[in-house]
Amino acid sequence: MRPIFLFASFLLTLQIARPVEAAPVNVVTTTEDLAAIAKEVGGERVEVESLAKGVQDPHFIEAKPSFMLKLSRADLFVQVGLELEQAWVGPLLLGGRNGKIQSGAPGFVDASRGITALEVPAEPIDRSAGDVHLQGNPHIWLDPMNGKQIARNIAEGLKRVDPKGAAEYDRNLADFSTRIDAALSRWQERMKPFEGAKVITYHNSWPYFLKRFGLVAAGYIEPKPGIPSSTSHMREVIALIPREQVKVILMEPYFSDQAPKFLAEKTGAKVVPLPPSVSASAGINDYFDLFDLLTNRLAEALR
Amino acid sequence: MMRSILFALSVLGAILGIVPSLFAQEGIAPPARSAQTFNPEISLDGLFSAATFSDPDHLQFGAHDPNKRGFTLQNLELTLAGNVDPYFRGEAHLIFGLEDGESFIEVEEAFLTTLSLPYGLQVMGGQFFTRFGRQNPLHPHVWDFADQNMINTLMFGGDGLRSPGVQLSALLPLPFYLELIGSAQNAEGETATSFLFAPEETFAGRPILERDVHDEGDLLYLGRIKTSLDLSESVTLVAGTSHLFGPNGTGENTSTRIHGVDLFVKWKPLTADHGWPFVTFQGEAMRRSYEAGEAALDDGTVLSEETFANDGFYIQSLYGFARRWVAGIRYEQADATDPVDPASGERWRASSNLTFYPSEFSKIRLQYNYDNSDDRDDPIHAVFIQYAFLIGAHGAHTF
Repeated sequence: MRPIFLFASFLLTLQIARPVEAAPVNVVTTTEDLAAIAKEVGGERVEVESLAKGVQDPHFIEAKPSFMLKLSRADLFVQVGLELEQAWVGPLLLGGRNGKIQSGAPGFVDASRGITALEVPAEPIDRSAGDVHLQGNPHIWLDPMNGKQIARNIAEGLKRVDPKGAAEYDRNLADFSTRIDAALSRWQERMKPFEGAKVITYHNSWPYFLKRFGLVAAGYIEPKPGIPSSTSHMREVIALIPREQVKVILMEPYFSDQAPKFLAEKTGAKVVPLPPSVSASAGINDYFDLFDLLTNRLAEALR
Repeated sequence: MMRSILFALSVLGAILGIVPSLFAQEGIAPPARSAQTFNPEISLDGLFSAATFSDPDHLQFGAHDPNKRGFTLQNLELTLAGNVDPYFRGEAHLIFGLEDGESFIEVEEAFLTTLSLPYGLQVMGGQFFTRFGRQNPLHPHVWDFADQNMINTLMFGGDGLRSPGVQLSALLPLPFYLELIGSAQNAEGETATSFLFAPEETFAGRPILERDVHDEGDLLYLGRIKTSLDLSESVTLVAGTSHLFGPNGTGENTSTRIHGVDLFVKWKPLTADHGWPFVTFQGEAMRRSYEAGEAALDDGTVLSEETFANDGFYIQSLYGFARRWVAGIRYEQADATDPVDPASGERWRASSNLTFYPSEFSKIRLQYNYDNSDDRDDPIHAVFIQYAFLIGAHGAHTF
């Protein structure tokens, strides 16, 4: 019994000996998009770091031990949710062994909370449909209106772990939302001439974006989410492009450009690399830059 | 089914007076949260193989190895996992096996892990794989080769080293990843070879005694240091040393020590397409000293106290050269001169394989082994075709 008692009092001593200082709130997010929004909401009070880099496919991040170390020190953890990070977040949260940020704890934020997910399977579905997410399509940050809800979720989390900063977080949130509203009308103005235009996308990453800006996905390079293209599927897409008058093929930069290039050669449609994340390419430093680039590049391609 | 269980639970709760008070707080009817939220992650993976050997009397001793000409059910594993409450995560791996047409069930692992101890501490308790090195804690369905490493089989038996016990680990508050792991586990049973269990009735001529746990000295202790560094954004290194100490059955006070070092390096470009391409390098070396006690045999011979030392290693490399395709090579060597390994003499084995992953949930693997042992005239050639599936919600694997 005695060693346990000694150990417990040692722990207590450590607890008491901890310095009381106003260290910045340490926020760790799974993606750069969440990090960008967390910076908007957190302002000066937070230090934000993303585990995935913007150039990476957020479905396939490795659960590296160094990430566990980052989570062990986090005050707030933000994930996209809707099973986007299902393949790697579990071991990181467990390995980080940080009670403050476990699912259900005050420091845990699921960014998808309160967002109406698109493409929630209407009927029971299984993996023969590919990597379908049972709770809906997880690429929610690609609609700026969802960005506002993500910011609200992050603000709630920040207020839970840092109540002293509540007023500041509320102020930043209101400011961010106002700027989004203003920017959105600019982006929508830019995309207006192309309303109803049909596009091919590589992975089904863009439903939120397309819906917001009035575009339509006529088809996908992947026959099913996460499943590589086959010859017969390619043949279908080649037939579909002239029929649906598709002018552009959108692709995330981290996928192989082999299939998109092949399609472009066969049909004359244009391959448009479209980075779906903040910091995915030079010049996308924040959430506003992302939509500036996306709408500019698309408008140019569709002209 | 789920609904009736929930109903039964709420009835039970109502009787105990818990549920009404909980719901009264909210002033609403029982919450309409989907039962899905409370379900554990349930998955089943099946691992099968077809094998052929140049000599039917071959050297595949791992319990999950393709170990006969024809077909083998290597592993059928049911996994249940989930957070128990805000404090613990629970995980169980149940194995279904087939031996000569007879089915059996085995508790491979079942343990809980704390979620929120302070100071980077974590406690694990239950039946679990000893965290020795890289390969021992891995379940067969994630092995990179169709069979178990020779050195692992030699040191830890066909099933790997696992036993009921408790583990404490700490992630140190340093600028880099450094984890200290210590565990105490039971030392008996066929999943603790090298310790109170020996696969034969004897070890080096000495009978294996029935040794019960008298005090803390009769348990199996592990100490492990594990570190990881990101050498660049695309190269990660994990290295560790492991040390095991426990009793063995050749005497009342005899003990076994096993020391090991392990290294893993992975290169994967930041912008990998679905995880490809990548290259990994992995190696482990182990050394065991087995203290055999004094024994007076029935024929009058007296064997004096003696320590047997042996060692071995494997190195392997995988190359994910195109999406869904992985090629692997492995070289192993083990000093198999004691009766814990049924094959005696110096043995080396070279293997190569090619794996196709239709998705993350299935694989088809072709493997060739060239197996050479000192006590044989000819090497053994072995060819395996392994195929696997995984259904259900399977948790992600650690790096």
